[in-house]
Amino acid sequence: MIRLKVNGETREVDVSPEMPLLWVLRDELGMTGTKYGCGVAQCGACTVHVDGTAVRSCQEQIGDLEGAEVTTIEGLGTPDLMHAVQAAWVDHQVAQCGYCQSGQIMQAASLLAETPNPTDDEIDEAMSGNLCRCGTYPRIRAAVKTAAAKVQEG
Amino acid sequence: MSRIGKIARRSFLVGAAALVGGVAFGVYAVRRDPGNPLHDDLKTGEAAFNPWVLIDQDKITLIAPHGDKGQGIYSAQAALIAEELDLEWGDFEVSFGKPAKAYWNTAMAEEAVPFMSTDESFGAETMRSVMGGVMKVMGMQGTGGSSAIPDSFVKLREAGAMARETLKLAASNRSGVPVAKLKTEKGAVILPNGDRIAFTDLAAEAAGLEPVTGTALRDPSQWRLVGKPMQRLDIVGKSTGTQTYGIDITVPDMVYATVKMNPRQGAGLNGFDASEALALPGVKQVVEITGGVAVIATNTWYAIQGAEAIEFDWAEALYPAEQDQHWEALSAAFSPEKLDKEWRNDGDVEAADGDAIELEYRSPYVAHAPLEPLNAVVKVTDAGIEIWTGHQLQRMLQQQLAPITGHEPEQVTLHNQFMGGSFGHRLEFEHLKQATEIANQMRGTPVKMTYSREEDFAHDFPRHIAMGRARMVTKAGKVEGMDLSIASPSVVVSQMGRAGLNIPGPDVQIVAGAWNNPYALPNYRVRGYRAPELAPVSSWRAVGANAAGFFFDCALDEAIHAAGADPLAERLRLIDHDPSRKVLEAVGEMSNWGGALAPNQGRGIAFVESFGVPTAEVVQVTNTEEGIKIDKVWVACDVGTIVDPVNFEGLVQGGVIFGLAHAINSEITYSDGMAEQSNYYDAEGLRMRQVPEIMVRGLENGDKIRGIGEPPVPPAAPALANAIFAATGQRIRELPLYHHIDFV
Repeated sequence: MIRLKVNGETREVDVSPEMPLLWVLRDELGMTGTKYGCGVAQCGACTVHVDGTAVRSCQEQIGDLEGAEVTTIEGLGTPDLMHAVQAAWVDHQVAQCGYCQSGQIMQAASLLAETPNPTDDEIDEAMSGNLCRCGTYPRIRAAVKTAAAKVQEG
Repeated sequence: MSRIGKIARRSFLVGAAALVGGVAFGVYAVRRDPGNPLHDDLKTGEAAFNPWVLIDQDKITLIAPHGDKGQGIYSAQAALIAEELDLEWGDFEVSFGKPAKAYWNTAMAEEAVPFMSTDESFGAETMRSVMGGVMKVMGMQGTGGSSAIPDSFVKLREAGAMARETLKLAASNRSGVPVAKLKTEKGAVILPNGDRIAFTDLAAEAAGLEPVTGTALRDPSQWRLVGKPMQRLDIVGKSTGTQTYGIDITVPDMVYATVKMNPRQGAGLNGFDASEALALPGVKQVVEITGGVAVIATNTWYAIQGAEAIEFDWAEALYPAEQDQHWEALSAAFSPEKLDKEWRNDGDVEAADGDAIELEYRSPYVAHAPLEPLNAVVKVTDAGIEIWTGHQLQRMLQQQLAPITGHEPEQVTLHNQFMGGSFGHRLEFEHLKQATEIANQMRGTPVKMTYSREEDFAHDFPRHIAMGRARMVTKAGKVEGMDLSIASPSVVVSQMGRAGLNIPGPDVQIVAGAWNNPYALPNYRVRGYRAPELAPVSSWRAVGANAAGFFFDCALDEAIHAAGADPLAERLRLIDHDPSRKVLEAVGEMSNWGGALAPNQGRGIAFVESFGVPTAEVVQVTNTEEGIKIDKVWVACDVGTIVDPVNFEGLVQGGVIFGLAHAINSEITYSDGMAEQSNYYDAEGLRMRQVPEIMVRGLENGDKIRGIGEPPVPPAAPALANAIFAATGQRIRELPLYHHIDFV
């Protein structure tokens, strides 16, 4: 049994210690907001926070996460109570197919937690590990700026 | 056979490449009501006025039969119905509905007819309407070819109007107030005294009435929703991780599976050894399916680990094993006996007098690679097949899967899902056949099959390769002639062939984007040459217009420079279609074409008409020490009427990025019969730091409403290549461009 905290709740799973966190979340815990895109840290669709930092959950072996605190898109905010980044994503109507957006949002939230007022270059740098096949990048850029302004206002 | 039937049959043989099967029919069949699928399981007190509106005592449900792969058609369909039905935005539920003949796509076949989109002559219009009739007779439900908005624009508003007027009649019967004195707003009928009767309250009475038809649609000046910015209905779900896609479906007692198919696409399996895989944790079973195996496990990851541990003996490739052989096959196809069709021959290009340049172009195989890997949940029982997946061809899916299990197509229940991208990949059936084969071997148990990304790349059925040869003639500062020949395999034959359908006639996709541009070049010839089938290929966002548009516009640009003319001014001089001229003028004005640039900067312009949408793009690049940096893009296009300006802008920007991304660094090549690219590191696309600012202007001068999913893609590659020439003096005539120049 491996024990970890997901969105504030303690969860126990009985799987191979090599299993990536992504597949624990999706297929063991039924939390499907975190997406599988590439399995090799190329696309960022599986981005979650581990102990407050954005990581690719396809690269995190569950055996290394005993006692870790994991936050997924479901834990960041809900449709009724959205995180500032999620609200900005809605305002700018960023999503097209939307499949990459959980990862984009988790990456952006992590960026703003560390750098509340990022420059354009810092945004581009932080977000360049997340692929969007539909090409929503211009709106992601704008939404990150809106979210930053909102976070600044407090 | 009736006259109209003869026309349809003839047109089918000469140019209806996007249609399936041979068909002959009479007017009667075209006019016959294909039935309302909502009547099949209507409960007491529910009213289904037409195939798109369902009202009961609790709620209003709008049926949006077109599949949503990210383009926002789920919301757009609802908006069109709600506009006439006087519903408040979001005060209703939306369902994709179930596969049904009633949802035949009137617009999908339109662009398959052998007339240019800009040809609005009687003959061309007749042919287009006949094509809609063909689709109806065949019950062809589908989403593709930027056709969902043209298909829906009138008929879904009519559906809303029909429901509204029937509800008013029910309210009139109840209240005794004449229909003419009743109004509707916010989901209710309003009586002259201000009393409101909710539509839901009228459902039971309205259900007994003959639906009221023939009501005139409202004038655009009265629209509340259409043409205004609207919040997509899926936007909150897609911003909070709560939108469910096919890959997220869970069904009680399901098992997880993945497949490993012969990486030489379509070839067989000689043998395999799964003993190591079966010893791995979580792996329950390995089953053989046609051309490969499936691993059944308790978790998708275990299944993928299992698949990687199997040793295979694969059969040899059914097509040339090495990429060079594919190019040689194309090169050899430029011969009279391989002529597929001469699509255009204005003037006499062979006699045209002036200076000539000869150019050769190549466009590679390219993977669709939508971010959501292919998947399906399938449950097979003696009663039929139940399948949860996102797909673009709902009724064909039933027809393709039923024979695998010995059921009838009507016994296939599709729960269509939101798609995490498609770009054409979800027009394919092979992965669904595989999932059905697995589930059929374990009847009663639902199977969730997910492709690994590597399997998805290996079995992508990429965009077709193409080769172009152009001879351009210039004289006295003007372009006098273009003679463009294009050779490629037929994407339609390959794609439909996998579905067991034999498609006769020439394939317009070989030359789409090249033969149909509304330029009055004095001498203008375009010929398509049919290369043999090589690697299996499929429709890829904008299909033929990607390669042919690149060849056409780059060759034109090169000739304009050879003539010493200005790239925008010469295109404007030659353009012979008013809405097209206006998009060129718009993009020139937006980009301040001709304005000063730094010495290491350059601008390129391109114009390609695809799916009836004239689209012009200007790309500006800087030649830095690290490579080419794309600074800005300006794009103007004309869809006649814009249904949602916010979604429209996003789709155009995304289409431009899609076009630029693949032009720069994406291709599939074959070695030993296998794709050499296996994940995004081999076909990366564009990342945030490489994405330019993109300015969009949508014009509404065209007479017809058009879709915007595909048209922004084709001009991006030639505009970029032309800009690179302007900045560096280097002409690149082969995609992807990064083989020839570095990018930042």
